[in-house]
Amino acid sequence: MAIEGVDLIKAAAFLGAGLAMGLGAIGPGIGEGMAAAKACEAIGRNPKEAGLLTRTMLVGQAVSESTGIYSLVVALLLLFVV
Amino acid sequence: MELDVQTWLKIAAFSGGGLAIGFGAIGAAIGEGHTAAKANHAISRNPEMAGDVFKSMLVGQAVAESAAIFSLVIALILLFSEFSATSFIMVWAVFSAGLCTGLGAIGSGIGAGYPAGAACEGMVRQPEMSNRLTTNMLIGSAVCQTPSVFALVVSFILIYTDYSTKPMWPMWAAVLGAGLSAGLSAIGAGIGSGLVAQSSCEGISRQPKATAIATNSMLLGQAITQTTAIYGLLISFILLFKNYPASDAIAPAMALLGAGLCMGIGGIGPGIGEGITAQSAVTWIVRNRESAGEITRTMLVGMAVSESTGIYSMVIALILLFVV
Repeated sequence: MAIEGVDLIKAAAFLGAGLAMGLGAIGPGIGEGMAAAKACEAIGRNPKEAGLLTRTMLVGQAVSESTGIYSLVVALLLLFVV
Repeated sequence: MELDVQTWLKIAAFSGGGLAIGFGAIGAAIGEGHTAAKANHAISRNPEMAGDVFKSMLVGQAVAESAAIFSLVIALILLFSEFSATSFIMVWAVFSAGLCTGLGAIGSGIGAGYPAGAACEGMVRQPEMSNRLTTNMLIGSAVCQTPSVFALVVSFILIYTDYSTKPMWPMWAAVLGAGLSAGLSAIGAGIGSGLVAQSSCEGISRQPKATAIATNSMLLGQAITQTTAIYGLLISFILLFKNYPASDAIAPAMALLGAGLCMGIGGIGPGIGEGITAQSAVTWIVRNRESAGEITRTMLVGMAVSESTGIYSMVIALILLFVV
């Protein structure tokens, strides 16, 4: 089996895309879970502020999500652009 | 030196069997150690309850042990079965089967230790709730075992499939990817479900009146925590049962391996994160039952956002499987 440069580059891009998204999902998954855990705790302590707390949780999670989205973008770039 | 298929098969089966029980022993040992620590703590508070606590510790540890026993079974099958194969794919399949059960047992072992520890401490706090606590612990730790059962199922399929008509390239990467997908994604779901069950057992012992709601919200939280393990199982089934055209190129094989790795590793984070969310939600639903609706809503929204990266991983895995 002859190894061609183009084939090898594509293989690396595919493997890289999988690793990028897989590893990139760990941090946001755990981080957003912690944010939501604290929001549940806060609503338990002060149910009147449920709306405000949920809003704050979502904003915080959105920021925490950003690195996951970077991973997704890089994975898609590796798959379709590079 | 040219080695034939049978020699490679033995090499793969022995190294796979070693990895199966090696990885598989991690989780159960940590989980059972946690349970024993909590049981000691509980007995020191009320030595008169020593007998009950001891019994419940052993029951909890037995459940936590089951994932390690799955690994032991696969390891023994790999060591003592006479595999006869004509295809080199089988070499990768037995290695992948070992990795799959081994990795899949880590989360369930650690996870099942948490509710058992909480039940031991709880029955010292509320001796009259002992039976209810044991039941809740058993339900909770049984759910923790499901991801390791998924991994076990994938391992059996890997070992007992006939690969003789499949092309070596890229099928070898598909079997390796399938094992990694089901095995790695089970880690997060197992640990996460354990955290939820822990807070439920703790809640029952602190607020005996909230027993029903503690069990119900535990099951809801655990069900959502399991989703990433189910994605992992789905991707490994697709990897195993899809038909691939034979190809001499490396890229298609790496796409399949990449899909398995992506879903497997990508399932770890959301599983743990959703477990942390549901743990806190169950604790506070029990303490503040009037606000159960509001807390459950926020829990579901928070878990859905935490799930998103797991879904991204599944999307990338599906693109790797079907598009590129």
